[in-house]
Amino acid sequence: MLEIKNLHASIDGKEILRGINLTVNAGEVHAIMGPNGSGKSTLSNIIAGRDGYDITQGEVIYKGDNLLDMPAEVRAQRGVFLAFQYPVEIPGVSNIYLLKAALNAVRKYQGLDDLDAIDFLTLVRSKLELVQMDEQFLHRGVNEGFSGGEKKRNEILQMALLEPSLAILDETDSGLDIDALKVVSEGVNALRSPERSIVMITHYQRLLDYIVPDYVHVLSNGQIVKSGDKELAKELEAKGYSWIHDTAEGQPI
Amino acid sequence: MVIYMAEQQQIDEVLASDYQAGFVTDIESDSLPPGLSEDTVRDISRIKGEPEFLLEWRLQAYRHWLTLETPEWAHVHYPEIDFQKISYYSAPKAKTDGPKSLDEVDPELLRTYEKLGVPLDERARLAGVAVDAVFDSVSVANTFQDKLAEDGIIFMPFSKAVHEHPELIKKYLGSVVSYKDNFYAALNSAVFSDGSFVYIPKGTRCPMELSTYFRINAANTGQFERTLIIADDDAYVSYLEGCTAPMRDENQLHAAVVELVAHDRAEIKYSTVQNWYPGDKNGVGGIFNFVTKRALCRGVSSKVSWTQVETGSAITWKYPSVILQGDNSVGEFYSVAVTNNMQQADTGTKMIHLGKNTSSTVIAKGISAGRSQNAYRGLIRIGPNAENARNYTECDSLLMGDQCGAHTFPYIEVKNPTAQVEHEASTSKISEDQLFYCKQRGLDTEDAVSMIVNGFCKQVMRQLPMEFAVEAQNLLGLSLEGSVG
Repeated sequence: MLEIKNLHASIDGKEILRGINLTVNAGEVHAIMGPNGSGKSTLSNIIAGRDGYDITQGEVIYKGDNLLDMPAEVRAQRGVFLAFQYPVEIPGVSNIYLLKAALNAVRKYQGLDDLDAIDFLTLVRSKLELVQMDEQFLHRGVNEGFSGGEKKRNEILQMALLEPSLAILDETDSGLDIDALKVVSEGVNALRSPERSIVMITHYQRLLDYIVPDYVHVLSNGQIVKSGDKELAKELEAKGYSWIHDTAEGQPI
Repeated sequence: MVIYMAEQQQIDEVLASDYQAGFVTDIESDSLPPGLSEDTVRDISRIKGEPEFLLEWRLQAYRHWLTLETPEWAHVHYPEIDFQKISYYSAPKAKTDGPKSLDEVDPELLRTYEKLGVPLDERARLAGVAVDAVFDSVSVANTFQDKLAEDGIIFMPFSKAVHEHPELIKKYLGSVVSYKDNFYAALNSAVFSDGSFVYIPKGTRCPMELSTYFRINAANTGQFERTLIIADDDAYVSYLEGCTAPMRDENQLHAAVVELVAHDRAEIKYSTVQNWYPGDKNGVGGIFNFVTKRALCRGVSSKVSWTQVETGSAITWKYPSVILQGDNSVGEFYSVAVTNNMQQADTGTKMIHLGKNTSSTVIAKGISAGRSQNAYRGLIRIGPNAENARNYTECDSLLMGDQCGAHTFPYIEVKNPTAQVEHEASTSKISEDQLFYCKQRGLDTEDAVSMIVNGFCKQVMRQLPMEFAVEAQNLLGLSLEGSVG
């Protein structure tokens, strides 16, 4: 599904990623953990196609194609989804309008016709249940005046609707209370499937209690310094990131 | 910086889209030679076979115009206009008598309107819109006159109304916009050639949308139309206006006057989608749109709303206004003004509160891109007798790129202590975050910007009649697609 080879990236001349290697197979859930400033968000932005980063070395292969050659919208149409850490407000644009435009953009790429209004509404309603959102959310401006939890649920709603092959969840747990975290996690778990890969970027182990990953990687200073299974996350939680620094300094894996 | 450069490149690509109504109709026309004098005014009046009172009025206007200077206070710059180089009358040949039935309209003209998406045939009935089509100086087609006449509604070319309803013309012409009002109103009063006339009788709700579609075709021609709409007591009408012109290298002058009169409890909704040729991206050519639009809420509890979506013209200079004379009358102004490339707009409104408990709402959205300049200029005047007058003004600017300008010139004059006047203003940019968010959901840059801009304009767009809203949304997309800073 996704293969990242020796990825180096910098912004304004400052190197953020220093040789990332990561392979994610279909159906797997990976968690990438790391302290602030380790390059987690940069990695997710680069995969999703945000401008402004200089890729100095390495490549990112998605379903056999070079992902870095594709504009952001083409990546999205081909099934790469980023659940944003800070979903932006778009005043005056109703949520349902964006959802419909997004779904139809993906369908167009797949050679399918636009969904008609009734089929679309039926589909959206079924997805709303998944994240326990009220239908009135559809008619509010995109993220306009949403609480933190509502924004995150809205991201998962979009993911459920667009059914991506590769979903990157960027700090989806941040700013959520325990009830909202449960709802969001249940939504994500319902979307786990043998055809779909999920990469969770997170600072805390807490999320991994609800969405149990197949693999855990620790990102530090622009490199993956340790990989393991879910037990690694617990060890990290107990010992703190300094443990990684102490053990991994100068000997990247 | 890296982010900015990449986005700017995308914007530039998208902004390079073409003006879609820029074709020229190849049709023979009768025109007056360029030049303006008393004889020109007499010629126009003679061609139209006008009654003496109208010629007199034109001549007074012309003589007054001679005493005036071009207004220079607006935030726009352009070379001096040589009024002697303009032809003041142009009509497609053999159509000098005004429109008859559609069968007699030159098929070339019908095709022109077809291309512009303006239905003149029976399909218009399905759309529920009656159309008056003004081509250069004359009305070439006018639909559903007979049907409307059954309800006593008059909807016809201005020049026809002069003959059939001279008493109404005499009573109302110049009653809202005097020929002394300003330079371009005086010019229009002297040389206006056609336009639309609407009268809705007492207690009548006009059963369909009325619309006039203005097209400037001939080169070196000015269009000076005059629209007069009267809603008698308890009447209601919704009127739409659309405009386009071919792409030409020379600037063309459009100096229209629109007068609306609302009697007791009457309501007039006037919507404009203005898409005059804006000139090319270096500012060559395009229409100078110098228009005076004013409504008089003459009766108690009368209401007038102006809704405009302005995407065209090299220069826009217009301030659709409402004089709130009747007690409890209501004035509204909803505007989207888009400028791109080298376009300049100085537009806004005047709300003149004279009666008691009068209220007005102004929602103005300005969108600037390219190297354009976009100014909102608004006057709220509360007269000494306007007890409990209310105004709410909201003025938002959206900037795309770093070479355009947005300006706001609010004027507030309050002479009654019971008045409440609110003014809110904001300036924003389409953020890189918004654009990336939309792209990450699969929308390309064009669609993303179009969506964000339409969201920004939503308060205004939802005031437009359904038939027009879709056209206006598409137009916004076309004129601007894609801009961030």
